[in-house]
Amino acid sequence: MSAPPVGAVGREHPRLEGRDKVTGAARYAVEYPVDDVTYGWAVPAMATRGRITRIDAAPALAVPGVLAVLHHGNAPRLTPGVDQTLFLLQEPTVHYRGEFVAVVVADTIEAAREGARLVRIDYDAEPHSTVLTEHHPDLYRPDTVNPGYPPDTADGDFDAGYAAAEVRVDATYRTPAYHNNPMEPHATTAHWRDGRLLAHDSTQGSTPVQATLAQLFGLPPEAVRVIAEHVGGGFGSKGAPKAPVVLAALAARHVDRPVRLALTRQQLFGPIGYRTPTIQRVRLGADADGRIEAVCHDAISQTSTVHEFAEQTAVYTRSMYAGRHRRTTHRLVRLDVPTPFWMRAPGECPGAYALESALDELATACGVDPVELRVRNDVTVDPDSGQPFSSRNLVACLREGARRFGWADRDPTPGARHDGRWLIGTGVAGSSYPARARAAAAAATAAPDGTFEVRINATDIGTGARTALWQVAADALAVPADRVTIRVGDSDLPAAGVAGGSMGTASWSWAVIRACEQLRQRLRDGVVPAEGLTVEVSTADEIRGQRPLARYAYGAHFAQVRVDADTGEVRLDRMLGMFAAGRVVNPTTARSQLIGGMTMGLSMALHEEGLLDERYGDWVNHDLATYHVSVCADVERIEAYWLPEEDPELNPAGVKGIGEIGIVGSAAAVANAVHHATGVRVRDLPIRLDKLLEHLPAR
Amino acid sequence: MRAFRYQRPADVAEAVALLDAEPDAAYLGGGTNLVDLMKLGVQRPDLLVDVTGLPLDTVDTLPDGGLRVGATVRNSDLAAHPAVRRDHPLLSRALLAGASGQLRNMATTAGNLLQRTRCVYFQDTGKACNKREPGTGCAARHGQNRDLAILGWSEFCVATHPSDLAVALVALDAVLEVYDPGGAREIPVAELHRTPGEQPERETNLPRGALITAVRVPPLPFARRCTYLKARDRATFAFAVGSVAAALDLDGDTVRDVRLAYGAVAHRPWRAYRAEEALRGRPFTAELAARAADAELAAARPLPHNGFKVALIRNLTVRALTGLAAAVPR
Repeated sequence: MSAPPVGAVGREHPRLEGRDKVTGAARYAVEYPVDDVTYGWAVPAMATRGRITRIDAAPALAVPGVLAVLHHGNAPRLTPGVDQTLFLLQEPTVHYRGEFVAVVVADTIEAAREGARLVRIDYDAEPHSTVLTEHHPDLYRPDTVNPGYPPDTADGDFDAGYAAAEVRVDATYRTPAYHNNPMEPHATTAHWRDGRLLAHDSTQGSTPVQATLAQLFGLPPEAVRVIAEHVGGGFGSKGAPKAPVVLAALAARHVDRPVRLALTRQQLFGPIGYRTPTIQRVRLGADADGRIEAVCHDAISQTSTVHEFAEQTAVYTRSMYAGRHRRTTHRLVRLDVPTPFWMRAPGECPGAYALESALDELATACGVDPVELRVRNDVTVDPDSGQPFSSRNLVACLREGARRFGWADRDPTPGARHDGRWLIGTGVAGSSYPARARAAAAAATAAPDGTFEVRINATDIGTGARTALWQVAADALAVPADRVTIRVGDSDLPAAGVAGGSMGTASWSWAVIRACEQLRQRLRDGVVPAEGLTVEVSTADEIRGQRPLARYAYGAHFAQVRVDADTGEVRLDRMLGMFAAGRVVNPTTARSQLIGGMTMGLSMALHEEGLLDERYGDWVNHDLATYHVSVCADVERIEAYWLPEEDPELNPAGVKGIGEIGIVGSAAAVANAVHHATGVRVRDLPIRLDKLLEHLPAR
Repeated sequence: MRAFRYQRPADVAEAVALLDAEPDAAYLGGGTNLVDLMKLGVQRPDLLVDVTGLPLDTVDTLPDGGLRVGATVRNSDLAAHPAVRRDHPLLSRALLAGASGQLRNMATTAGNLLQRTRCVYFQDTGKACNKREPGTGCAARHGQNRDLAILGWSEFCVATHPSDLAVALVALDAVLEVYDPGGAREIPVAELHRTPGEQPERETNLPRGALITAVRVPPLPFARRCTYLKARDRATFAFAVGSVAAALDLDGDTVRDVRLAYGAVAHRPWRAYRAEEALRGRPFTAELAARAADAELAAARPLPHNGFKVALIRNLTVRALTGLAAAVPR
């Protein structure tokens, strides 16, 4: 691989669509002007488990403007076995409270909402189980955990190694349900015309939405087009087709008019998925210098009765640090709850919270500085696979991050620093995230006037992906970027995977670069014909042929917090993230990705928590006033930096992906800082003021 | 949502008449709470009487040194008003501790006082709530009640009043000017809100159809020696987990007078009369402040998830008063 020409890549550039977004010109899924449009309103189940025995639509239909009430008794039929979470309005079964069991369609959104209130549904309710506990009688071992890992691993003899260790840590950490709240809710406009379905959908990938809709409705894929030109965030929750696109398509077919359907904020708390609560026991055995001999991570999480979702919570521990004797396990329980789904760094994020917290406890127990402890436990080959790393700059991130943060003078004593009634503390945590890529196709066209158009069904969910691909394309074509146009977000474009798993830019840029390279090659052979010259490529073969290496991005988080000794309130003074993630295409948007992930980790550590009411079986704090997400005032000083990293074993652009590495470990850094400030170790997130207050001295 | 009619009356008498003639009417101020509740189906008025066009939007200094705040003065404008900042900074502090800039730009003075509880069960029509639907029970009593009351609650309702401004106004002995079909009258802010008793759906002592037209804040010689402390779950844009409004007047070391009120502990802003009584006339010490808080909180009956609020309010009381004592010139 040769280095790209000096050009657009690596330069700061604002988002290409930034002006359209801030002026309102950018259109989102339910903002496209559509003739004769109607509005759909989803009706949630009010039973937690059971069967619908009767639906009385008459009061809803009596509302002026209401056109139809769809439910399992009258909705168009879907193909079973495609995706059970999308097999909606087909059966009278209720799997969880809030499951969508009807849709009201009306001429106005207000009439649809009023109609939804008036649909009368009777249930034959059954006893339910909605609370995850480590003693739940129905715990089981799944066959695999996402996205295909073995549930349990073992190497060496953990029990013996742990028993023989000089220093032992045995701690259980708990994380609650976390709910993705993108600014734009999950939303769709669906139109049927001549047997073809057109959907404007808020999704992280319209290629899989197209494929799934085709299967559900029994259509050839080319009869379905899904457009997602602008998407107002997803964080994983739009990484697969979700209820609105299916409900809107069903409703549009039923009323034979276009239908807009957007979920409410409240409806995002459940039916679209959430980060599963976890219960994680971590045991570490080490020598007196903190060198880990034995490590075990036992993770418990939940799934639903609809579909098995097995979060890979302990996978982070398999490859991160040293230890001859290793064991990880995953157990699941099927509860009468919505199916969990992806939320930024699923698995790695909650798993790193537990492991990086336990490392802090080990550092305290050994009297070793927590940065130094991590350095001592660095590895040269992946302990899980035995493969070498394509590159691993964890130690460099720890060292350089510590230098920038001013870690060197740190007094390790907990609860020893005061600023008036504030207690001050600092914490550190490591971070890693897999650097993967998946196959994609892309097309590039040269026009006779010297301009180029590059097309790929990438999705820009606000990350800056569109801009990054435009920069990559310009360099691959070796032309000034203003001669290049990039088109994304439409299933009619060459097929590509979702914006997820931190592999969007790696996967899409690979295809874009190959298309552009081939086009350049063709252009050397002659002039551009009047109709333009187009090449289209796929990276499937090339990606299949990748060398077997352990590929990860790494990072280190540093946090300083202050804790109010009178109230237990925790406030972040400063957060610094140091990352090694291959090449950075656009520093402007990369920094946003990294500090966004770090902020989400802060939010996980201190603020976010789905409060389940066992009697009802749903989360009662289902809006942004009562489900707290960190706001700007919580992150007044947050910094992200990256090391220059050239890794030739990744992909043509040399990128590792930066969407998720920012959140992995950041909650642990904050929690470790709280312990350093107060001497109190809160092991169940979030660290609310009441959990600290009871341990702080009274006035 | 229910279809509704919307009217903008020209004067107070017309507003009150419009509301009086319609059993399901509601006054509309900034709409920051009511409109949300309408979307959620918690409130379903069929007529909105928008009072924001009424000439009730000025802040006036009264001859006695007090303030008269029009009912439709926006929270942002009230907090920033020079006379408020000079003579009654407690109001500014309480207001700025609440909501967000955008919400304060919309919310009105009277609307702030009449906002509804943020108890999650009240706001969810799928759950039992005596306040929303009398007779259905109180799901919060044995549910997620960490944010709810420790004082003055009943088995019928454990909700708290969410306003910060109301706590400050209660501490300052403010009085409401009210107009209702029977004419003009006055009600102390401290008597506006009720404890829930057996009728949590009755939140205020306002007569039916009454419109708050102004809030009068009497002069207080030591009003500038005040503080509003608010503990919350994030740095801003969060309702109080617990709050304390305090003003202190010392004669040497002796407490000459004191005002103390608590927020987020009860169905109404909670004036801490017992604590004030324990403080007045005694030499001020931190221990005295703690004993005073204990005297007030002796009546507290925490719910399963909010026992910490007793210590929280106690600590905030001590901090508020010791801070004021240290700041007062001796």
